[in-house]
Amino acid sequence: MEVIPLLKQLTEADGIAGYEGPIRELVRQTWQPFVDEMREDKLGNLIALRRGTGPEPRPKLMLAAHMDEIGLMVTGLEKGFLRITRVGGTDRRVLLGLEVIVHGQQDMPGIVATRPPHVLPEAERKASVPWDKLFVDVGLPAEEVERLVTVGDLISIRRETVELKNRRVAGKAMDDRACVAAVTLALEQLAGVRHAWDVYAVATVQEETGLKGAMTSAYGVAPDLAVALDVTFGKHPGVPDVDAWPLGEGPTLGTGPNFHPGLVKRLKEVAEAHEIPCHMEAVPGRSGTDAWAIQVTREGVPTALVAIPLRYMHQPVETLAAQDVERAGRLLAAFIAGLEADFLDRLTWDGTAAR
Amino acid sequence: MKELVRKLVETYGPSGVEEQIRAVIRAEVEPLADELRVDPLGSLVVHKRGSGGGKRIALDAHMDEIGVMVTYVDEKGFARFMRIGGVGPLTCIGARVAFADGTMGVIGVERKRDDPNKVPTFEQLYMDVGATSRDDCPVHVGDAAVFVRPFQAQGTRLIAKAMDDRISCAVLIETLRRLEQTPHDVYLIFSVQEETTLSGARTSTYGIEPDLAIAVDVTGTGDTPECRPMAVELGKGPAVKVQDRGMIAHPAVRDLLVQRAKAANIPYQMEVLEFGTTDAAAMQLVRAGVPAGCLSIPCRYIHTPSEMVDERDVENGVRLLLEVLQAA
Amino acid sequence: MILKELAEAIGVSGDEGGARAVVLGAVREHVDEVKVDALGNVLALKRGTGEQPLRVMVAAHMDEIGLMVTGHDGDGFLRVAAVGGIDARLLPGSFLQVGPERIPGVIGLKPVHLLREKEDQEVSKIEDLVVDVGASSKDEAKKLAPLGTYAAFTTPFRELGPTVSGKAFDDRAGCAVLVELVRGERFGFDLHAVFTVQEEVGLRGAQVAAYAIEPHCAFVLEGTIADDTPKDKDVSPTTELGKGPAITVMDRSFIADRRLVRLLTDTAQALGIPYQFKQPGIGGTDAGTIHLTREGVPSATVAVPCRYIHSPVTMLSLDDFNNTVRLMRESLSRLTRETLS
Repeated sequence: MEVIPLLKQLTEADGIAGYEGPIRELVRQTWQPFVDEMREDKLGNLIALRRGTGPEPRPKLMLAAHMDEIGLMVTGLEKGFLRITRVGGTDRRVLLGLEVIVHGQQDMPGIVATRPPHVLPEAERKASVPWDKLFVDVGLPAEEVERLVTVGDLISIRRETVELKNRRVAGKAMDDRACVAAVTLALEQLAGVRHAWDVYAVATVQEETGLKGAMTSAYGVAPDLAVALDVTFGKHPGVPDVDAWPLGEGPTLGTGPNFHPGLVKRLKEVAEAHEIPCHMEAVPGRSGTDAWAIQVTREGVPTALVAIPLRYMHQPVETLAAQDVERAGRLLAAFIAGLEADFLDRLTWDGTAAR
Repeated sequence: MKELVRKLVETYGPSGVEEQIRAVIRAEVEPLADELRVDPLGSLVVHKRGSGGGKRIALDAHMDEIGVMVTYVDEKGFARFMRIGGVGPLTCIGARVAFADGTMGVIGVERKRDDPNKVPTFEQLYMDVGATSRDDCPVHVGDAAVFVRPFQAQGTRLIAKAMDDRISCAVLIETLRRLEQTPHDVYLIFSVQEETTLSGARTSTYGIEPDLAIAVDVTGTGDTPECRPMAVELGKGPAVKVQDRGMIAHPAVRDLLVQRAKAANIPYQMEVLEFGTTDAAAMQLVRAGVPAGCLSIPCRYIHTPSEMVDERDVENGVRLLLEVLQAA
Repeated sequence: MILKELAEAIGVSGDEGGARAVVLGAVREHVDEVKVDALGNVLALKRGTGEQPLRVMVAAHMDEIGLMVTGHDGDGFLRVAAVGGIDARLLPGSFLQVGPERIPGVIGLKPVHLLREKEDQEVSKIEDLVVDVGASSKDEAKKLAPLGTYAAFTTPFRELGPTVSGKAFDDRAGCAVLVELVRGERFGFDLHAVFTVQEEVGLRGAQVAAYAIEPHCAFVLEGTIADDTPKDKDVSPTTELGKGPAITVMDRSFIADRRLVRLLTDTAQALGIPYQFKQPGIGGTDAGTIHLTREGVPSATVAVPCRYIHSPVTMLSLDDFNNTVRLMRESLSRLTRETLS
């Protein structure tokens, strides 16, 4: 599978947190050829199983990448204009002048607008616009708008994904559809490979609003090990070096309290053995990813995080290197292929058994 | 129903000390329940069996109210306190509070503040229970008090402290009273500790494992002078929650409430709340997930001692819940 | 002295191995089963006599606050971030132990002689501080302390008479109390003594341990804030040294079960054990996640008052420590099914 067309397809689909229907359907179709079973749980997580070949009862590995994206929602109608709020951490600094789609009785194109600078007092001109001064204009008369739009309707960001130089790709929802793509590549690579463990690939929901899909899907799957995939901060002027990683030098592996050191060590060894470049990422506390929720499910799950460096997170110009997505996919596939049936017995804390 | 509401709002029950309100609610629901229990953290769970063929549905309202807790008694017998739940300093100044045993206190503010025009912090407030020294002070560190304000009805408006969430407790009790037949297995949770940690709803839901959960709570309105814009108004019907700061309502539950309201011609409003959340946020994440939503009673002046709802919204809330429960 | 061994062990949140080794060594002989779970918690079971068919979880956290290496400077300095709630004001001028080899490191500031006006009033943020292990190049720094390496304070344990000082009394003091309880006689019920991990970064270890154990009730043992130094106003010291174990009624993480609080105070009063109530609303403990487990777990927290917690040097009173052990032992002996009804 070519990664750039895959990225384009996944990121251009709709799927705001809580309303992931369209992206879920796309992921379902995309994963179908590579998995044995698929189901949707009560919150809408898509859970796919690739059975392993080891002796039963087989241990379970969960892969998690979130399919939801941030967006906007209608909170009120005023003279034909729509008042809005965010769904997830939408960055209001980049909303002005953005093209959007309002999902009312029908899909309508719209623009995020505010009063022009010429008429604003000096102080307001210099500040970024607060939520209650932003509105969406669909260019229709007020009575039409009343008929077609209701409080609670969703608004998606309208953005085509484009390829920049050096196989860098920019668009909306790279967070975290890029990792859904990485998981897809891994599943494709495993198609011809024997692996001992059962692999549950989960496209989670509502990560952007509180890691909710990860929490509930991990409870349902009850995995013995988990690897979450998300994006991390890409190097960019103005972002301190300690907080960001270069594009094109591979994914990062998280190290810190959220991750089991034995599992992280194994991923590092696999990367080295297969010459997949990657960097370590120090995470002193909350990782802000599905890994944080999965680790404390039920009796606890040894968890790791593979992250793809991404510039301009939560803005409709999220940029990454396609090579890093490919590398993440290869790393996962190699890791899974090499996972021994008794790996858990070796996963100890200071020489004392974990189980 | 007004008498029921009066009884509920005027009963003492801050988060963590819900015994008195639980006893009052228990007396109302026990004769109507097939089963009733108090779970480990103190929530009251009522089970009403259905005729069969339906789903397991959990309805929820929280019993606890906001209040204050004594943190220190100084040498002169004045008490310092912290808030229990979302209490603001402005609503405290000059307020009267009552402890479990009826002891009353008055809240004062330090006059010698750096900037008398700024809103005082909790550290600049204190409580006066009429003591003269630490030794003769009748209240102690850890004692909890609630705001004192009698229930009043004026026109269709009902006004009291603790409408949040005793009005929803009244809605659930009234729904249980009028429920004639239902195919569903219905659980009514009167939860504890919503205002502090959503502890009760979360743990009770774990025990029930429902197919669907609907919390009933109050929500704000956008119909008072110079208020923040919000599409909900008093008297225009109960509100179906789309999202708040803690939760996105499951579309199926949201749509169920809207469809039933439309089919039975019950007025309703759509609600997006920009701050705050409800028990539904906790119920949604229990075990492998629960489709959850929230039916809201519009309320002005939330978390002040004069919360105001409209009795028509309350009545329509009961009617809507009955429509949901009585149909398949 | 077990408190000394525990305090001097190293175990920053996520890397509790040093403390875990001391704990395992201290309890192994006195319990029926012990295991280490997926997150690194030590779960020890001391079976009861059978008189009280209950599962009681008593927890203390092994992890301490510290720092993590997040980058390396051109000149060989380490950039760090806080693990858990470190007060940045306490870092300049401190000694650290860096990594598994315990390489010594220091944090210093620009000398006062070179400060511009008013600069001495500013507090440096952790992102602006560097740790000096004596390396002379970026590469050397990377080799000595790669990304993700943990660093802890170095303070030795000292006996000052009625008080002792050292690092990490939050919560090695609680761990020491738990060790003493485990070393004593069996209770009527099954005692699940849990030495948890990662409390300082979100009460994480306790959450999964409570799920596994499904206790009927839980007690959390802590080292808590004693703010009894001189103040301008007559306000709460949170807890005071010398006034006995501190019982929590409510903090930012949970509301204590009133039946368990009554058990503790009734026991203290009956036996003349001094006790105090911790100032409500301050801090959070493992009870915050334990009480939310499954269908709910009635919980309570008892703490040894400690001055200067979350700084490199903490201090507690030995009388308070011993009274905490005594209060817990006696209260647990009086715990029955009826207590929770």
